[in-house]
Amino acid sequence: MNELFQQLINGLSLGAIYALIALGYTMVYGVLRFINFAHGDIFMLGAFSGLYLYNWIKPLTLGWPDMVVAVLVLFGAMGIAAILGIVIEKLAYKPLRARPRLTVLITAIGVSLLLEYLGQLRFGAAPCAFPTLVEPHVIQGLGGLRVNSVQLTVVVVTLLLLLGLRYIVMKTRMGLAMRALSLNPTAAALMGVNTSVVISFTFGLGSALAAAGGVFYASLYQAIDPFMGVLPGMKAFVAAVLGGIGILSGAALGGILLGVLETLVVGYSSFLGIPPGYRDAVAFVILILILLFKPAGLLGKTQREKV
Amino acid sequence: MGIRFAFFISLIAGAVVSYLFTGHPEPSWTVAQLDDYLLNILILMGINVILAVSLNVVNGHTGQFSLGHAGFMAVGAYASATITLLAGKSLLGLLSPLGLMAQPCLFVTALLVGGISAALAGLLVGIPSLRLRGDYLAIVTLGFGEIIRVVINNTDTLGGARGLSGVPPYTTLGWTFGIAVFAIYIVGTLVNSTYGRGFLAVRDDEIAAEAMGINTTKYKVTAFTVGAFFAGLAGALYAHFIGYITPEGFNFLKSVDVVVMVILGGMGSTAGVTVAAIALTILNELLRQTEQYRMIIFALILIVLMIVRPQGLIGDIGKLLPRKKGGA
Repeated sequence: MNELFQQLINGLSLGAIYALIALGYTMVYGVLRFINFAHGDIFMLGAFSGLYLYNWIKPLTLGWPDMVVAVLVLFGAMGIAAILGIVIEKLAYKPLRARPRLTVLITAIGVSLLLEYLGQLRFGAAPCAFPTLVEPHVIQGLGGLRVNSVQLTVVVVTLLLLLGLRYIVMKTRMGLAMRALSLNPTAAALMGVNTSVVISFTFGLGSALAAAGGVFYASLYQAIDPFMGVLPGMKAFVAAVLGGIGILSGAALGGILLGVLETLVVGYSSFLGIPPGYRDAVAFVILILILLFKPAGLLGKTQREKV
Repeated sequence: MGIRFAFFISLIAGAVVSYLFTGHPEPSWTVAQLDDYLLNILILMGINVILAVSLNVVNGHTGQFSLGHAGFMAVGAYASATITLLAGKSLLGLLSPLGLMAQPCLFVTALLVGGISAALAGLLVGIPSLRLRGDYLAIVTLGFGEIIRVVINNTDTLGGARGLSGVPPYTTLGWTFGIAVFAIYIVGTLVNSTYGRGFLAVRDDEIAAEAMGINTTKYKVTAFTVGAFFAGLAGALYAHFIGYITPEGFNFLKSVDVVVMVILGGMGSTAGVTVAAIALTILNELLRQTEQYRMIIFALILIVLMIVRPQGLIGDIGKLLPRKKGGA
């Protein structure tokens, strides 16, 4: 029973990261109806921004509490990624606004490869060590339960970020415009919503969340490389589809479910008779099953295609 | 449109390349005169042509979007290599009455096993594709490709992550060239046939096609199966050419390579795709010294092409040729 809880906590922290990335996929899909394939690489760039920022501000902030440095690094990385996301949207996706979705998807694959290989050129292919932002120590919980402080921080900060996102989307004018755009772009534009600004904002917001995910992922695994975003990116997409693409709470739910399921499959591999090497296949099997049986996702409503 | 042209192009390309590289005053038509490096490039070119033409059935003619072509290639490579590695000796013994024909017979068996296993995998992927469109399908095929890789990675009899080595080098330029021409011919005639119009109908408007009584499901599955069959053949050729296969060799990037060929050549144009496969194989060789820039250049090609010329660089080349009136 104790082991189960331990696995659940591991799964929850991994799931929180998937959820953060999945939110970006879902928001972009909501306003533009396309899969931003390069989102996983924004996650990677977020982690690298965190690393470079840390090395840059460490000497400037000697004697400051670790907590403040960690927060500065996190928000700095989120800001850099937000700018990157907006620039990428303006350069690569905006010229294709009226084109078929497949054209945009191919462009997104191109952007993704470009970021990965430029990253490899700049950062090298070997993994870089990521600094410890939060001092790792084991917190003893009830009944001998042990929680790593890094994992706990990841889960708590993710929760705060999700609340912040909910506030932006539900309570601000920009959030209202985002919701209007995802409901009906033409009508929203007619009602005076500046679609171009809202799309940029959405890309920025999604990229910032992915960067937060990148910094968390790097803090948990302590090694980052230019290709670290490929698999988490794809899995987060699966999470977004699992929850119902375009639905914010669905992305969060899907991310956490996927993280927990993946951890459980690996943790109980001998019991389930699935070798742990199949870890990366779990997400794709889930994706195929969900698309076969409930293509709209767990929280989505089925829509009939009209001519 | 353009099959004869593609045929023609591949013949010319073969002659031109051999002329340029060997430096003989006359084109060298015999394989014996080509040096090993050139021979290897020509074989790779043939394999890439098969891959690009077969992916074009799914991505170009039928308008679906598959990102898992390397997965089918892996199935073909592993299935055929298993035949020649594990059963090769005993089969050669059985076939020994055929004398010199024994080894080609074994190779044909291996190729067919590779192609058919890949086709079965294609059938399996085709089934979920019935319910999915566009970007969703792309991700599912990507997922299938990854699953195939993960499964091979975890199967000890297939060598796991270490891969299979010592695959006999049966692939020759003749085999590759022959199968490439066969692929171009089959795909070209299939798409131009009355039956093949269905693929184009599914691509142009799925709902309208369905309303006109076209069984879109059947066409999509057929496209996947045919595409996968030839990808399997290409994989089998590749395995018996390189002699050493690992699951990593068939990852997502390999699929992207083929997608770039199809997009560069123009989706739905057999001729364009053939030229693009040949051109990109040469580009790959030229960029071998600057390997780290290769993928950056590929990525930039994709992005710029989508903005400037989404129909591909040479996609409408077939249309420039005179066509018979009223016919196709």
